[in-house]
Amino acid sequence: MGIGTLVAMLAAALAVIGVLATQQAYSLFLPGLLQGAVLTIEIAILGSLLAVIMGVLAALARLYGPAPLRWLATVYVEIFRGTSALVQLFWLFFVLPQFGVTLNAFLVAVVALGLNVGAYGSEVVRGAILSVARGQWEACTALNMSRAQMLRRVILPQAVVAMIPPWGNLFIELLKSTSLVSLITLADLAFKAQQMNQNTFKTIPIFTLVLLMYLVMSLVLTIGMRLLERRASAGLARGKAA
Amino acid sequence: MTEQPMVRFENVSKRYGALTVLDELNLEIARGEKVSVIGPSGSGKTTVLRMLMTLETINDGVIWVEGEPLTHMKKNGKLVPADLAHIRRIRAKIGMVFQSFNLFPHMTAMANCIEAPMTVLGMKRTEAEARAAELLDLVGLSQKKDHYPSQLSGGQQQRVAIARALAMRPKIMLFDEVTSALDPELVGEVLQVIRQIGREHDLTMLMVTHQMGFAKEFSDRVCFFYQGKICEQGPPGELFGAPKNERTRQFLHAVLEAG
Repeated sequence: MGIGTLVAMLAAALAVIGVLATQQAYSLFLPGLLQGAVLTIEIAILGSLLAVIMGVLAALARLYGPAPLRWLATVYVEIFRGTSALVQLFWLFFVLPQFGVTLNAFLVAVVALGLNVGAYGSEVVRGAILSVARGQWEACTALNMSRAQMLRRVILPQAVVAMIPPWGNLFIELLKSTSLVSLITLADLAFKAQQMNQNTFKTIPIFTLVLLMYLVMSLVLTIGMRLLERRASAGLARGKAA
Repeated sequence: MTEQPMVRFENVSKRYGALTVLDELNLEIARGEKVSVIGPSGSGKTTVLRMLMTLETINDGVIWVEGEPLTHMKKNGKLVPADLAHIRRIRAKIGMVFQSFNLFPHMTAMANCIEAPMTVLGMKRTEAEARAAELLDLVGLSQKKDHYPSQLSGGQQQRVAIARALAMRPKIMLFDEVTSALDPELVGEVLQVIRQIGREHDLTMLMVTHQMGFAKEFSDRVCFFYQGKICEQGPPGELFGAPKNERTRQFLHAVLEAG
């Protein structure tokens, strides 16, 4: 599916929101929901950044680190992949203070979601690195490059192309799991919707708008990842097009 | 006193479990010598090149490059496994061209040729580009310097790979069946380039090849490998003209029959 279809979907979703906004039954809720959406976006962006950093670090540690680091990375990945994101949020928010460490809710949201998705991401990174042909490593050795030079200049640039689509999936997962943060007192999009619904019982307009807003966010994300993929594979794909 | 050999394999063995790929190999290659390695598949000939490039570890013996051990270093008069810094210092003298080219697909021909000179040798971009331009010209590809590997034919890719290896100014060049993956009509252009660098550069060359005609005409010496050992070696005229060993005769007969 080309980017064109995605852009058309995005335009349609925005148009529907625009049309609904002309009606008072809907426009009433927009400011509050937009406020929530801003928080959702903030958590999603910072969480994704942390996830990428953790994913790359954990993958490199597991592939090339010394034994203690390898072990540490494996423990991290298995814990954060093997328990639910909700429990991780609760643990960091409600349990950690019992041990004297109190983090604010926003920080907990970013850290918990970032670490959770980073654990999945490390497998994506690891798989992509291993998928680069062995001959590439051998050519680097024959050119007397160091391990770090091989990774940075030759292996990772090729692995990145294979990584982008699965990372896109993970970012969308992360965006949607931000709705969990409403359970640790944060007023994100899902929280705002629930709050307004309880006050007004206008279920149809509220949840229709929320649905469209999540869709818009994830479409923007998907389109962004597509463009990134196109850019990263520019050199690799050039010949195929010719 | 005779001159120090460029490369010397001393009782080098390579085993994979119970399988012995190379059995106490002893081989000396003189400075500037062109040596072809031939033999049936599984005879260990490619392993010789891969060990010299440090792509394979060795189980026994020592490989000497200009009198210095490649993967060992002297400590208290004994040879111990070398650290990476030592290996990289010796390995800098060796370059290799592969059967499957192994160009970096995300880089243009030019970028392939300046990558290692810049990152490994610390050359300035202008200097590296000037050198790469000369080499791409030498292999007849100055017109293609901004092309990506996927836009080049197999023969062109292999010529870029040769230029890329030469850009590191090795003293020893290893060619591992460099024409085996090519369509027949592209073999000639690659062999022509090898001939030319053999003439114009003071390089020691070790090549595994199935091109008997090329081995005969180009090399100073031909080694026939069989079951992990050098079964027979000598000047190409002798080895191809009057092989002494029965195995060599059988192999040459089979190959020439097919060719």
